[in-house]
Amino acid sequence: MGSKDAKKEEAFDAEAARSLVNDLRGRFASGKTKSCEWRVSQLKAMLKFTNEHEKDIIDALRSDLSKPMVESFITEIAMLKASCEFTLKGLKRWMMPEKVKTSITTFPSSAEIVPEPLGVVLVISAWNYPFLLALDPVIGAIAAGNAVVLKPSEIAPATSSLLAKLVGEYMDSSAVKVVEGAIPETSALLEQKWDKIFYTGNGKVGRIVLAAAARFLTPVALELGGKCPVFVDSDVNVKVMARRVIAGKWGLNNGQACVSADHIITTKDFAPKLIDALKVELEKFYGNDPLKSEDLSRIVNSNHFARLAKLLDDDKVSGKIVLGGQIESKDLKIAPTILLDVPEDSLIMNEEIFGPLLPVITVDRLEDSFRSYNLKEKPLAAYLFTNKKKLKEEFVRNVSAGGLLINDIGLHLANPHLPFGGVGESGMGSYHGKFSFDTFSHKKPVLYRSFGGDASARYPPYAPWKLKLLKALLDGSIFGIIRALLGW
Amino acid sequence: MEALDGLEQSLTELRQTFTSGRTRDVAWRKDQLRAILKLIDHNEAKINLALHQDLCKHPVEIYRDEIGVVKKSANYSLSCVEKWMAPKKGRIPWLFFPSRGEVLPEPYGLVLIFVAWNFPISLALDPLIGAISAGNTVVIKPSDLSPACSAFLASTIPLYLDPTAVRVIEGGAHVAEQLLQHRWDKIFFTGSHRVGKIVMSAAAKHLTPVTLELGGKCPVIVDTLSDPSEIMVAAKRVAGGKWGPCSGQACIAIDYVLVDRKFAPILIEFLKKIIHQFYGENLKNLKYLSRIVNKHHFARLCSILEDPRVAASIVYGGSLDENNLIIEPTILLDPPLDSEIMTEEIFGPLLPIITLDNIHESIEFINLRPKPLAIYAFTKDEKFKKLVLMETSSGSLTFNDVMVQFLCDELPFGGVGQSGIGRYHGKYSFDTFSHEKAVLYRSFFLELEPRYPPWNEFKLQFLRFAYIFDYFRLLLLLLGRKLQQMFASSH
Repeated sequence: MGSKDAKKEEAFDAEAARSLVNDLRGRFASGKTKSCEWRVSQLKAMLKFTNEHEKDIIDALRSDLSKPMVESFITEIAMLKASCEFTLKGLKRWMMPEKVKTSITTFPSSAEIVPEPLGVVLVISAWNYPFLLALDPVIGAIAAGNAVVLKPSEIAPATSSLLAKLVGEYMDSSAVKVVEGAIPETSALLEQKWDKIFYTGNGKVGRIVLAAAARFLTPVALELGGKCPVFVDSDVNVKVMARRVIAGKWGLNNGQACVSADHIITTKDFAPKLIDALKVELEKFYGNDPLKSEDLSRIVNSNHFARLAKLLDDDKVSGKIVLGGQIESKDLKIAPTILLDVPEDSLIMNEEIFGPLLPVITVDRLEDSFRSYNLKEKPLAAYLFTNKKKLKEEFVRNVSAGGLLINDIGLHLANPHLPFGGVGESGMGSYHGKFSFDTFSHKKPVLYRSFGGDASARYPPYAPWKLKLLKALLDGSIFGIIRALLGW
Repeated sequence: MEALDGLEQSLTELRQTFTSGRTRDVAWRKDQLRAILKLIDHNEAKINLALHQDLCKHPVEIYRDEIGVVKKSANYSLSCVEKWMAPKKGRIPWLFFPSRGEVLPEPYGLVLIFVAWNFPISLALDPLIGAISAGNTVVIKPSDLSPACSAFLASTIPLYLDPTAVRVIEGGAHVAEQLLQHRWDKIFFTGSHRVGKIVMSAAAKHLTPVTLELGGKCPVIVDTLSDPSEIMVAAKRVAGGKWGPCSGQACIAIDYVLVDRKFAPILIEFLKKIIHQFYGENLKNLKYLSRIVNKHHFARLCSILEDPRVAASIVYGGSLDENNLIIEPTILLDPPLDSEIMTEEIFGPLLPIITLDNIHESIEFINLRPKPLAIYAFTKDEKFKKLVLMETSSGSLTFNDVMVQFLCDELPFGGVGQSGIGRYHGKYSFDTFSHEKAVLYRSFFLELEPRYPPWNEFKLQFLRFAYIFDYFRLLLLLLGRKLQQMFASSH
């Protein structure tokens, strides 16, 4: 017992990190992680511990975030299991080389693209979906045949230590490791050379990760966030729209999600109807005293609670509250709050909210706001509710974001056939489904040539006829080649 | 200071052009691609002159490595750009019914292309083709180490391409630094890995995604061959892949050879014959070889040869012409592994031949070193091919030839590890300059009640089955619920 405590006391510093990476490199070099059997065994182990410890996971999420059990189930456990199963099903196929056509320019030849693992990769995860966002990228890393270090977020400590325990017990700890800790440990890890870094979090730390990666030319994937706008047209089924907006705001960790609805943009005429519909459905979902509802997550910690309270502190903002606004600092709870037409320059409209406050901004015409949105930072997702075909087309053409979803919120996350990632400030790279496998792979092109078919036109001494033949070869024109060979 | 002012204005204009939407139009993109073809067609003589001035390249080499490459790339993109721009349908699981998913490529916005000095025309125009096909506005920064080509691009591009969308900014490190202080939506860099790190660090401040085409020590493994005609082919290809591209100053040129100790003398004899045949017999009469780009790199290569242990290993060549910046094709046999010639990318006409007891040791030799941009292997042994394929990692791998992988539009061209990040050529060029935006369309029809709180046991069960797409049990659950409700109402 004494020595275990002593081990815990040992700081995880740069030396420890270097030693860890070296161990993993040795493991990777042995070829163990490349075998299909190993990859499958690890994914099955993950599935096993998720099934066998479902209750522990739900408890950890409740401890870290007061996440309601069903929400934990849908958005973390079920999503992870689905991801594991999808990967297990597709893995053999994804590992196979892809045959590629070659042209007459390199005749005779054959070519293929062979996926290979990058080596030793680092996954740094976030606190808001601390189970899913830690393990989902690890699924991709393992599927691609890499050795992995996972650094869960210290802001969700119960989940972090549960992950360390489960991964340690069920998975191959010589190639898949969890390093717990905060800034010092993360810095120690970032000082090492990795073959890929996958980071989920905010833009400020994203920049630090990218700068650290640049020192070693390490490729990175950054899943960041942004102010995901929801454009709402008047031509909608109001009740369904309202329910989906609520599910996509307060149903997603009480607004603390990278893809949750940040704010709504709608027309001046429609706003009252929209707000009324939201009020009605909110009461059905969470009762008339939402601070007491068991179906809402709390704010993760006092720092974020203070940050959100500050957003409401501004008189010009608090005066615009049309619903909610109640806060309970002891339990870190803030009621679902809707605000109407807060000033454009207020803090709440310039920072990602990441909480249960929903500003509604009114405009004259929705189409005009699409263009003006392109002058802002690109968010991870943008949403539009409408039945009008033309509006959908304009939206898709003109609004740039990681992903777009029409008539719903957040659901595109759950589709493993669509890449999930950001652009600009919201990130780089993508994952989910096969995209996870791809993001942790190097797709190596392999060209097979034979000793026959050697064109002397390639080599000096150069003569005019060689130039003619080269031109024809590069143009890929059969006639040109024949003519050149015949000396015409 | 003046350059900085002009730069701000220029970048603002380019961004305005992008925001106007003009560059997204397929007609605009095709026009620009045709303009590149015209630029090449009308200016072949000028290009030959500029490349001769900068690097003493021969017109055939120029056509093969610069003009021909660009023409091929532009034609290919012209014929495919519309297809590439089309959204790709995404499969949707039944549970999401009714919905439709697609992935829509869109341009990043304003992109910056840094050009290297060794292929100063194709390494400017080939990425430009990708950036334009994808609908971006572009700034090209040619290398100041190839000044004639830089000036050619700066004066000619505005005459053919849309000047409100494509600009050339000349200059050296100082200008590059200023450019890197600004925010770009994508940076494409070809060059050394030292500068690649600087570019990526600068990009990190703005979360700008980068593609880095770097280099590395590209090895060629030559297995023991018995048929003299095959040895001849292998030797020709090795020679062509070392001294052919810009006198060895190319990212995918052969850096060094790995060969069985017993086979080395035979290979060297063939190589000597071929050097005579291709390039001539002595320094005074050398033909068809580019020169070393400048005095700095010439001095660098000389100093490599000044190490006495390295000089002692020269078995052919070694002569230097400082006035004309020419170095004779030089072969070295087993220079020390800790000498600079074996620890740094050579980027010149010096070819170390490293002998091994057994050719299979080449795999470990390569793996002890950073991953190169390309690995080449000449062998007829299918088992050995498999080993090389599975146990080494590199940007690309080519069997029984060198360099030609560069010409395949269907193969991605890029590095891994120290040799680079990202890839291009063919459709990969279009992709590297695009953001793939996922779009999911849902309708209001068909609501799934269990999605919403308040939560209860039924909803939890529903979701359990839904998530594993167990439609059968879902149906049973729903039927069970229906029956339950019927029971309740009849009581």
